[in-house]
Amino acid sequence: MSPRGYRLGESDLLPLSLGAALFGTGGGGNPYIGMLRLRELLRKGAEVEVLPLEAVGDDDYVGSVGGIGAPVVGIEKIKQGQECLRALRGVEEAAGVRVSALISAEIGGSNSIEPVLTAAYAGLPVLDGDGMGRAFPEVQMSTFFIYGHDPSPSAIADDKGNVVVFKTVVDMYWLERFARHIAVDMGAGAGFATTPMLGSYVKKVAVPGTLTQALEVGRTILDARAKRQNVVERILEKTGATLFFTGKVADVRRELRGGFAMGGARLKGLGGHAGSEARIAIQNENLVLFVDGEPAVVVPDLIMNLELETGEPITTEMLRYGQQLAVIGIPAHDLMKTPAALKVVGPKAFGYPDIEFVPLQSSIPPSRRRARHA
Amino acid sequence: MIRIGVDVGGTNTDAVVMDGAKVLAGVKAVTTPDVMSGVVAALKSVLAASGLEPDAIDVVMIGTTHFTNAVVQRRDLAPTAAVRLGLPATASLPPMVDWPDDLKSAIGGHAFLAHGGHEFDGREISPLDESELLGIAANIRAKGIRSVAIASVFSPVNTECEAKAGEILARALPGVHITLSSDIGRIGLLERENAAIMNACLRDLAKLVVDAFRAALDACGVRGRFYLTQNDGTLMDAAYAERFPVLTFASGPTNSIRGAAFLSGVAEAIVVDIGGTTTDVGALHKGFPRPATVAVEVGGVRTNFRMPDVFSFGLGGGSLVVDGPGGVTVGPTSVGYKLISEALVFGGSTLTTTDVIVAAGQAFLGDHKKVAHLDAGLIARTQARIADMLETAVERSRLSAEPLPVIVVGGGSILVKGKIGGLEVIKPHHFAVANAVGAAIAQVSGEIDRVYSLAAMSRTDAIHDAEEKARAIAVAAGARADSIEVVDVEDVPLAYLPGNATRVHVKVVGDLHVA
Repeated sequence: MSPRGYRLGESDLLPLSLGAALFGTGGGGNPYIGMLRLRELLRKGAEVEVLPLEAVGDDDYVGSVGGIGAPVVGIEKIKQGQECLRALRGVEEAAGVRVSALISAEIGGSNSIEPVLTAAYAGLPVLDGDGMGRAFPEVQMSTFFIYGHDPSPSAIADDKGNVVVFKTVVDMYWLERFARHIAVDMGAGAGFATTPMLGSYVKKVAVPGTLTQALEVGRTILDARAKRQNVVERILEKTGATLFFTGKVADVRRELRGGFAMGGARLKGLGGHAGSEARIAIQNENLVLFVDGEPAVVVPDLIMNLELETGEPITTEMLRYGQQLAVIGIPAHDLMKTPAALKVVGPKAFGYPDIEFVPLQSSIPPSRRRARHA
Repeated sequence: MIRIGVDVGGTNTDAVVMDGAKVLAGVKAVTTPDVMSGVVAALKSVLAASGLEPDAIDVVMIGTTHFTNAVVQRRDLAPTAAVRLGLPATASLPPMVDWPDDLKSAIGGHAFLAHGGHEFDGREISPLDESELLGIAANIRAKGIRSVAIASVFSPVNTECEAKAGEILARALPGVHITLSSDIGRIGLLERENAAIMNACLRDLAKLVVDAFRAALDACGVRGRFYLTQNDGTLMDAAYAERFPVLTFASGPTNSIRGAAFLSGVAEAIVVDIGGTTTDVGALHKGFPRPATVAVEVGGVRTNFRMPDVFSFGLGGGSLVVDGPGGVTVGPTSVGYKLISEALVFGGSTLTTTDVIVAAGQAFLGDHKKVAHLDAGLIARTQARIADMLETAVERSRLSAEPLPVIVVGGGSILVKGKIGGLEVIKPHHFAVANAVGAAIAQVSGEIDRVYSLAAMSRTDAIHDAEEKARAIAVAAGARADSIEVVDVEDVPLAYLPGNATRVHVKVVGDLHVA
């Protein structure tokens, strides 16, 4: 592997957790706990290198791990620590390979940090990219599986030392079903590892640069706060997001269906949006933003709620009556918008047969976008 | 009903006597290092000003920043042992992992991890191990620690582990204070545990302070019931406050915002409370402080209390004014309670904001001749700087372009001249003692937090049932039934629980019933 990366330091942790919360698009769990865990490891001398996708060799193997369970459990039953590492070791043994690097399945929420923690424990680098460019509720919703990665074998591990390996699963849906079931038995919070992927495949399907992107938007939020600037505006500028609604939360409904936090929030418009009403449909993450009854941003494009004043990303569990929010939208990466991807992460896959996915346009002109990625 | 409201701040102790909704008298006294003599002085002078006899007082409400300040200044904190039950889970983050180092070392940083705790669905993570706890007890005894905080995973759902461990440690360590996290906080292990540890390290101080308040009331011959105000603007009786001092955190800003609302009769506004050293700015919504939506830190420690969303900065009547090459600097250093000896107008040698305001002819106190020499340019620049600081803070608390009024209260209100950032300014009568008024009008709350199965009833029925139970608790705590209002309803489904279980949290408040 060629090293042109950078080493994560303690000062990167706060911006990274803010950025990960933002790209969690309302779900993904709170990255604060993961950030603290990483800080503890770094203080004990662990080192984590972030490498660009190109740095991994075509024949090297890349591991993907993440937490699986209910977000509310994550803030109460804190991890033993090595759940994901034990799951990774289980899957390496079953597949008969060793991984040379780790990658996040989702950059949003707590699962963005889990592979970094495992990398710290294992002494491996972590790749700058992920399988979603955001957060989604299910494992099969990552580009890794949308574009055909074989889910066998996979493994799940708990705090107590139990490791369950799924030797053969016929497809992702069975894996998701089995893994969810065992995760509940494991206390609704466990470590999960999928089969190591070849470097050549990861370079083709991973959403590139998202770890650095989360880190940078986090730095922007902190910088704007320090300079007493309008944080929401700075986020819009930095990410190319569009402001779709400004309003006050008038009602939050949550219910549990099939293991997911389903629900919605109703917002009454403020300022330029006074007189308008918005509704956000939620399934762990923000799925569809309706403004005055019309869909304005539709999954897989990213819908983020920011506290108006502080720019703090507000997750769906933090939504409360009376909060004042800015609702912003960012176009999903092209890899998430192909016909194959939309079948898995488009509005129809989430139970909205009548809503067509109309892709958002970035508010950053294409010329500047290219310059930024160059 | 005749009541006294007292607010013990870092600089001043304020007191008011109220008859129903009428303020009969209000005074300011200096806070003394021993607290008690300052409270006695304030009580005596407010009773004298009201012309009432001490036995006419039905009830006394005290708001105090003593416990917040002790944590913020890292003083008078007892060495404390934090015992967490949850192994093998939670080992990645030991207790106090997110505390500032100086606070952690101020209480000794004694953290213990033990087996126990529950899964979300009530199963044990691991069985409670009595011999392991007795080993921890021996360690605590050897270190001479007399305060213990116990936090168990999922204790808000099942308190059994904390209660059992509490009994084991109490038997092994007679006379040691024990705080259980489930008595204080909600779901969120670190934040709840943090609150429990802070409470534990304040228990000795709480006994001293509550005894001092009691002695102060005795010394003045006041025999009415005695309450402390909590961070949500409601009351707890003295015995309860002694066990749960952490619940007084942030009661100061809550009291001043509630007092400002009461005195001005305005329910929607920005409240600016200017003291001797700092200014607190918060938003008033429907007569209550707008709560912060993000985790609130106290002394650098995260908690999940519902606290008012207040922005504090270093501007007060005692703030130092320094004219330097980069322009005028105002604060954050302040002469604080020494204003009456150190400010120029009082014969001292330090230039403060009060001196500049007197020189500008905006206020009359002390000897204005002692500031006659001040340069007119400096006065103008200082006033501009103060106006700028206030405008920035008010803008920060505004949530819309809607022109809300600004209610200015506190002893440092003389710093405000005209509008703030173009907004109308209200200085209500008795503005200097708004926080004591806020304490005097504090209400009684009832709170319920329990899990309902929505297989058996609808969401509406569950919330209704919780509301009824919360009302009953408030009435039992002394609220007048017909004054009770629901102030908070929250329902959070618990993932994966059979029968669609949902956790319902309801809070109601009502006026204190005095027969």
